[in-house]
Amino acid sequence: MNNNVIKVGMAEYKTGKENDVLITLGLGSCVGIVLYDKFRKIGGMAHIMLPSSKEIKNNSNKAKFADTALEELLKELIKMGASKSSLIAKIAGGAQMFNISIKSNTLNIGKRNVIAVKEKLSEYRIAIKGEDVLGNHGRTIEFNCNNGELSIKTIGKGKKII
Amino acid sequence: MGFQINDLKGIYIDVLKEIGNIGAGNAATSLSKMINTKVDMEVPSIEILDTERIVEILGGEELIVVGVYISFFKDINGTMLLILDKESSDNLLKILFGKKPENEFYNDMEISALQEIGNILSSSYINSISAFSNLKINISVPSVSIDMAGSILSVPAIEYGQISDKIILIENKLKEGNNEIVGKFFLMPDIDSYRVLFKSLGVLIDE
Repeated sequence: MNNNVIKVGMAEYKTGKENDVLITLGLGSCVGIVLYDKFRKIGGMAHIMLPSSKEIKNNSNKAKFADTALEELLKELIKMGASKSSLIAKIAGGAQMFNISIKSNTLNIGKRNVIAVKEKLSEYRIAIKGEDVLGNHGRTIEFNCNNGELSIKTIGKGKKII
Repeated sequence: MGFQINDLKGIYIDVLKEIGNIGAGNAATSLSKMINTKVDMEVPSIEILDTERIVEILGGEELIVVGVYISFFKDINGTMLLILDKESSDNLLKILFGKKPENEFYNDMEISALQEIGNILSSSYINSISAFSNLKINISVPSVSIDMAGSILSVPAIEYGQISDKIILIENKLKEGNNEIVGKFFLMPDIDSYRVLFKSLGVLIDE
């Protein structure tokens, strides 16, 4: 069986159906969010960069922010036939790549991203079924829309599945 | 109207290029002193790029690179990121220690050396900006990370993503014998600092 690989770039979101694999490479402080309806095998992945579209003026790309990206992704999945009540979420990323103490606001953006994503998911009442967040290393994530597995690859630390 | 990144063209680019040129010259000189050999340099290139596309020019999100991150503050504020591909950092360490690094992720000594080189190269740039503009600029202790290019570049992309979709990239090539070291600098002054910088350089004429 051949899986169809769909790449999700920085500040993008994509959706997939049975036999699709959603993949995002080299997540750092960004957060990768997967929403999945296992009964209909419909999944979506967003690669967000910033916690909130409300904090800044330059916010035309909705996929860039936790709040608007989740809103759009959810709309898209429901349009494809997913049921909101059967959606689950998995999240990864939000690392702090460099340790510098000044201007902790910007540098701890990873943590702020994770918090923003969790808040938004709880607002939508979508349960988080797996997470691999924070730390200080990059991640490549791959979501299999067939079985709902999210595999996470890190440099020098190997692979794990949540 | 304040200064926008989109206004970065013509004379502003030329000024940044000249600063980059002198900065690279200083960097080559400092490096040459440190390793006690002649270091050649090429004229650096400067590009203004879309933040979300910066990963592509480095050769892919999963490519392992070394990032040295520094913030600067005082009269102007911002951050600077030096990216060396793995081959360049291997070459650098070979020149410094006289042998190739054994461990793919380097030992403490080698990481500390990279930190110091990042420090020297970045301060060469900052010094040239400072000398040109008469602005006082201090820099932080550098932080090193060896990881996927995508992850490391998400740091400047996010930082800049809050104010603009564009970012300044200065590419430097230094050479010692057959060892080529290609360094990419991402210069990220905050938006108010552009005004201060261009004004003190005497090129901001819109007011």
